[in-house]
Amino acid sequence: MSNAIIKINDVNKWFGDFQVLKNINLEVQPKQKIVVCGPSGSGKSTLIRCINRLEEHQEGNIIVDGNELTEDTKDIEKIRAEVGMVFQQFNLFPHLSILDNCTLAPIWVKKMPKKDAEELAMKQLKQVQIDDQAQKFPGQLSGGQQQRCAIARALCMQPKIMLFDEPTSALDPEMIKEVLDAMVNLAKQGMTMIVVTHEMGFAKEVADEVIFMDEGMIVEKANTKDFFANPKSDRTKLFLSQIL
Amino acid sequence: MNKLNFLKPNKENLNTYLYIGSFLFFIAVLDVFLGSFFQINITSFLPNFVGFILPLILGVVGLHLIRIEFSGIPKLDLLNKNINTNTFNAVLTLLIIFVVIKSIPPLMSWFIIDANIAGDTKEACTGSGACWTYIKIWLRRFIYGMYPNELQWRINISFFLLIALAFVGLIPSKKLKKFLTLYYVIIYPIIAFILIYYLISGGAFGLEWVETGAWGGLSLTFIVSFFCLIFCFPVGMFLALGRRSALPTVRYISVGFIEFWRGVPLITVLFMSSVMFPMFLPEDFFMDKLVRVIIAISLFEAAYVAEVIRGGLQALPRGQYDAAKSLGMGYWKMHIFVILPQALKLVIPGIANTFLALVKDTPLIFVVGLLEIVGMLNLAKTNPKWLGFAMEGYVFAAIIFWIICYAMSKYSYNLELKYKTER
Repeated sequence: MSNAIIKINDVNKWFGDFQVLKNINLEVQPKQKIVVCGPSGSGKSTLIRCINRLEEHQEGNIIVDGNELTEDTKDIEKIRAEVGMVFQQFNLFPHLSILDNCTLAPIWVKKMPKKDAEELAMKQLKQVQIDDQAQKFPGQLSGGQQQRCAIARALCMQPKIMLFDEPTSALDPEMIKEVLDAMVNLAKQGMTMIVVTHEMGFAKEVADEVIFMDEGMIVEKANTKDFFANPKSDRTKLFLSQIL
Repeated sequence: MNKLNFLKPNKENLNTYLYIGSFLFFIAVLDVFLGSFFQINITSFLPNFVGFILPLILGVVGLHLIRIEFSGIPKLDLLNKNINTNTFNAVLTLLIIFVVIKSIPPLMSWFIIDANIAGDTKEACTGSGACWTYIKIWLRRFIYGMYPNELQWRINISFFLLIALAFVGLIPSKKLKKFLTLYYVIIYPIIAFILIYYLISGGAFGLEWVETGAWGGLSLTFIVSFFCLIFCFPVGMFLALGRRSALPTVRYISVGFIEFWRGVPLITVLFMSSVMFPMFLPEDFFMDKLVRVIIAISLFEAAYVAEVIRGGLQALPRGQYDAAKSLGMGYWKMHIFVILPQALKLVIPGIANTFLALVKDTPLIFVVGLLEIVGMLNLAKTNPKWLGFAMEGYVFAAIIFWIICYAMSKYSYNLELKYKTER
């Protein structure tokens, strides 16, 4: 298992006195799809935010694509450029058009020529079926369209790993499907994905492995079939009985 | 009958009420109008007090009568909805109308009818109104200060060129569009400095040198405001970023700087810049008084600008920082492309506020002996030949400052509209 793209060893993290992550161990293989679920406040968002160092962990080590994330990491931007992230609140840049949202980072971070960046952006926008909205501003789009744009924006950096932080939680029920479709589509293309979500249907369809977290710990980690068919811990059973 | 239906019309006698009401309102306004414009008191047969209060009573009764709900006349409904909703509003409306009518004749007579503009001496001003002769004779001084008359074309040309160059941005060329920001932020100020240094100050190319002490009037107001606005903005921006920096040294220096300049009055800063500051410099080092003043005001205002911009930075949701970071942007790229464009857009009204205050603070440079327009006024009003015209001078300055500030405020409002995008 040495070719894992993400390695998390004994990671601990505190917010003040409160310990949010307790002894987290996790390995993610290339092209693997992992769904992280659990009650709110269980530390699942914090965990994936640690993977591109939007949050700093205090103990243990996280190795992403061969680079360890520490305080001294000078080229943290390079690692972040390899790891795409989609947020619960979309976080599109409201002052830029959809197209500019997608081309900004490729042009200025990857030094891609403007023409190539726009071509790539249009290709990615077409993938998520909002290429006809490219000239509009985020405020003019529906939540589902904004979230799909956010996915396209992350993909424009051609990342090796995609992190999804509850991508459908802020959406109207009707719009959840269009975003999940885009994610399923992406999974089929072989992207490495870590998805924090409560959409168990998505987990069953796409995930290789499901992780259940509670109170900062990984309570259960199993391949998808086993996780839903015969969960081991009582806490997982309770959670599944409530959510399914 | 649970509601007193005093003098309220029904459908049948609506028109009667309308006519009586309008007539009473008309009489009320006419009474004030005649009294104000022609000194005719149509109610002179009444006791003084009653005659004074009568138009108000008539007007209120009149407005009460025409306050008809759903009269079916659109204009009347609109009027009733906006300025005649109840008796209190009717009184306010009438009082405002009366104040406007009453104040027009004295203002007209002071500004125009009884004012003088002919002649060259104080004696030409015979009317009871304003003496615009005074402004006319002193106009050159108010605009150019003590700058020699025969050299004033140099100021004219500089300002004309600067205004013309400011409109370069309107040239619709796609190739040049990219360089516009660079032009306005760096090249334009440099051109301005060169023009002012060589053309207005002189001393090279065969132009006679005019020391900055002789500069003054409105042109000095413009020069000081222009450079202070240009310098204080970037300094303020860096201070705002510095105050939010993760590096403690940068943060403490920024906080210290901001709190120091915000804590001292501008007048002391100016005084220090001209009296104290040279003491700390080597003896053979010379820095012009005007340059010191511009630096002092810029730093002073930069502290205010910094706090305004910091407000904008704090108003941005944390998600914007997260998103920019997750795309691999470093500190500067994140701020230049994502954070500052949004934050600055938010604080346009605050920045405009600070800039207006800056322009109106420029008269304070009199403490170091530089006389811009208000300084020149103060000088002119003490001239023995022209004593007693302070009023005209200050009104003139007020009008000039109002025009400058109103133009700036309009411009900032247009900027707001231009950069408005739906969130």
